[in-house]
Amino acid sequence: MSRTGSHGRRGLAVALRGITKSFPGVLANDHVDLEVRWGEIHALLGENGAGKSTLMSILSGLYQPDEGEILVGDDEGGLRPVTITSPRAAIHLGIGMVHQHFKLVPTQTVAENVILGVEDMPFVLDLDAVARDVAEIADRLRMPVDPTAPIWQLSVGEQQRVEILKALYRGAEILVLDEPTAVLTPQEADEVAAILRSLAAEGKAIVFISHKLDEVVEIADRVTVLRKGRNVATMDVADTDKHRLAELMVGREVATTIPKPPAEPGPTVLALEGVVVRNERGLVALDHVDLEVAAGEILGIAGVAGNGQRELTEVATGLRRPDAGRVVVDGKDLTGASPVAFLDRGVAHVPADRLGRGLAGNLPLADNLAMRAYRHPPIAVGPAIRRDRMRAFAETIIERFRVDAPGPDTPARNLSGGNQQKAILGREITAGSWAAARGHRPVLVAAYPTRGLDVGAIEHVRARLLEQRAAGTAVLLVSEELDELLMMSDRIAVLHGGRIMGVVTPEETTIEELGLMMAGEAHR
Amino acid sequence: MELVTSVLAIAVFAGASLVYAAVGEIVTERAGVLNLGVEGMMIMGAVTAFAAAVASGNAMVGVVVGGVVGGIMALVHAFATITLRADQVVSGLALTLAGGGLASFLGQRLGPGGAPLVGMVGPRFHGVPIPWLSDLPVVGPALFDQDVLVYLLFLVVPAVWFFVARTRPGLALRAVGESPQTADAMGIGVYRVRYLATVFGGVLAGIAGAHLSLAYTPGWTEHLTGGRGWIAIALVIFATWDPRRAVLGALLFGGVNAIQFRLQAEGTTIPASLLNMMPYLLTIVVLVVITRFEALRHRLGAPAALGLAYDREERT
Repeated sequence: MSRTGSHGRRGLAVALRGITKSFPGVLANDHVDLEVRWGEIHALLGENGAGKSTLMSILSGLYQPDEGEILVGDDEGGLRPVTITSPRAAIHLGIGMVHQHFKLVPTQTVAENVILGVEDMPFVLDLDAVARDVAEIADRLRMPVDPTAPIWQLSVGEQQRVEILKALYRGAEILVLDEPTAVLTPQEADEVAAILRSLAAEGKAIVFISHKLDEVVEIADRVTVLRKGRNVATMDVADTDKHRLAELMVGREVATTIPKPPAEPGPTVLALEGVVVRNERGLVALDHVDLEVAAGEILGIAGVAGNGQRELTEVATGLRRPDAGRVVVDGKDLTGASPVAFLDRGVAHVPADRLGRGLAGNLPLADNLAMRAYRHPPIAVGPAIRRDRMRAFAETIIERFRVDAPGPDTPARNLSGGNQQKAILGREITAGSWAAARGHRPVLVAAYPTRGLDVGAIEHVRARLLEQRAAGTAVLLVSEELDELLMMSDRIAVLHGGRIMGVVTPEETTIEELGLMMAGEAHR
Repeated sequence: MELVTSVLAIAVFAGASLVYAAVGEIVTERAGVLNLGVEGMMIMGAVTAFAAAVASGNAMVGVVVGGVVGGIMALVHAFATITLRADQVVSGLALTLAGGGLASFLGQRLGPGGAPLVGMVGPRFHGVPIPWLSDLPVVGPALFDQDVLVYLLFLVVPAVWFFVARTRPGLALRAVGESPQTADAMGIGVYRVRYLATVFGGVLAGIAGAHLSLAYTPGWTEHLTGGRGWIAIALVIFATWDPRRAVLGALLFGGVNAIQFRLQAEGTTIPASLLNMMPYLLTIVVLVVITRFEALRHRLGAPAALGLAYDREERT
């Protein structure tokens, strides 16, 4: 690559050599090497649990390596070994971290957040001067942000800019970003990519963690692939492609598309008619939403998080009563009915927050799996519960849905995310099938069902959803992964500001168009 | 006019201990630590301050001792809730209950030669009229014919406000109370800030107690604080965690006291307990209003991490 020269820096910015880090029971990093050059964007690619975040936590001083050395480069190509004992020590070495979950104080202003913890600030703060400095850096990088605005008023994309500003204000020359585009619209992601490129052009070294092949290929100059704590390969992005990277990441051939038989939509099962919902703050969260999901169809819901998805899934499952409009399930008006009434009509729910709403983490898996079944025989015997039957019931789900758990008595929180999700899916699909047996057409509302899962679990979940579609279930799939929506859905509805911006089919739309609709810039 | 002047003067006098306790609790809560032990720290401050004043013959020594005792009690709360991550509500209530009992016990023993303190007369603070200023109409007697501890507030309140709102450590304090994870990631010692803020709150609560036993109602009787610690906690919410508004609230609540005296003197039929209820009612109104509107909640609401122990290892 001909990137050197323009910024006058030579050689490596940072080198990690033979880094090993173990946690009780897990070898997170096993002799990992990573070399990042000045002026390059280096992607660290791997599945969940591959050791990416651990490695970056070592680089940013949160963890200490058990073995291995860290070297930091100067402008002339020299390297010197360092120990990084804390995030503060990392900052002194010019290493700045942008966390996936933003480290921002919502009630404080951009300027206050930028200087939080900066040591050489005067005792009495001059926030006006800080605001000017911040605005200057922001202008130089063409990432507009109002230094006097409180964080809670900013969009997610703006908050991320603040995180980047924070690192730069502290003099970061090596910038580490953990999944920087996870919560952004495609357009916002493009803006971040542009910012990263201009930082690299200034000679800064950029490392970003990702499991998204698309953005790695699009943004990065070089990529290092981690698998199960070891590094598998480092290469120029120009010399590889998505397919090859996917193989390296997973360690086997992966299907990047799922064979999906053509849809055979039946009658409409779930219908929202002019639904209006106000959220806890009294703001309109759903604004006259009309949606129909047919039997044997997957309707995808696209949108940036916080545009009404939560309210939509809650209304569709009876957890929230609409302020106006109707919710009709299989021809019956269930507006204002209880969640149990929805369930009895065959509406199953895979909630977005697995441990918050999907499972009671401290309870045994058996109790969790029986949550939809305990009110009826055979588990219920009058007011009592037969625990033996409950365990047996749980075991059938564990087996059928291949939940990898020591047994039905394990607390649900001890399962991995993927197995938690399989357990929830198993419970809900089973509940739906009972309703079907009683003559109802089942509905499955799945919110972000593959979020945070590794590739294997994602394949499993997607296969189950397609199975349900084939079985005639009406599936409402909320996701923030546009690739997933395009792959799985028969139709995609885009939510923006609580409104349906349009309903499109995957065949006749593009990621760009969906992105514009998600940003509220386009209608269909 | 004479009525307003006298009500105002009593309001300031009665409100002084509330301001101390509330300002201290504001600093503590701004760091994310809820200390419901104010009542216990106040009454312990009151009894030890009076005992020390009697023993030394110097009221100022009493204030110092009261402050130190309040600080030590807060340190217990800090250790339990910050280091051991015990529930803040439970620990605070325990502090109030234990403080009340211990104060009664000490009141029996801390007099000269182990005699009871009850009924004893000791050193006290007297009003120190400031020449010329105290002759101002209406506000003169209220603001400039008071004791030293009231004058000290003229310094403490603006200083605390400035510290919290305008300084680097003040910013760290607020960050710790709003988002300890963020503060930690930014290199701020979350535990250290919380310890300091909690102990500071205890010192001020102890001084608040000292003002009661050395100035407002000089001497020691059981249940001397009479729930003022709780009023101070209500005041923190009423003041929406701003020391300046705490002064206003304390005047209002102190004023209720003053008006009560006047009304009783004039033989009113309004029961005193109804008036005593007012501070709490007002507090509920304020709470409802600020939780109702998002913008207000962000600007005026409780510190987001209030009442929550911080543990770096805990995954959220």
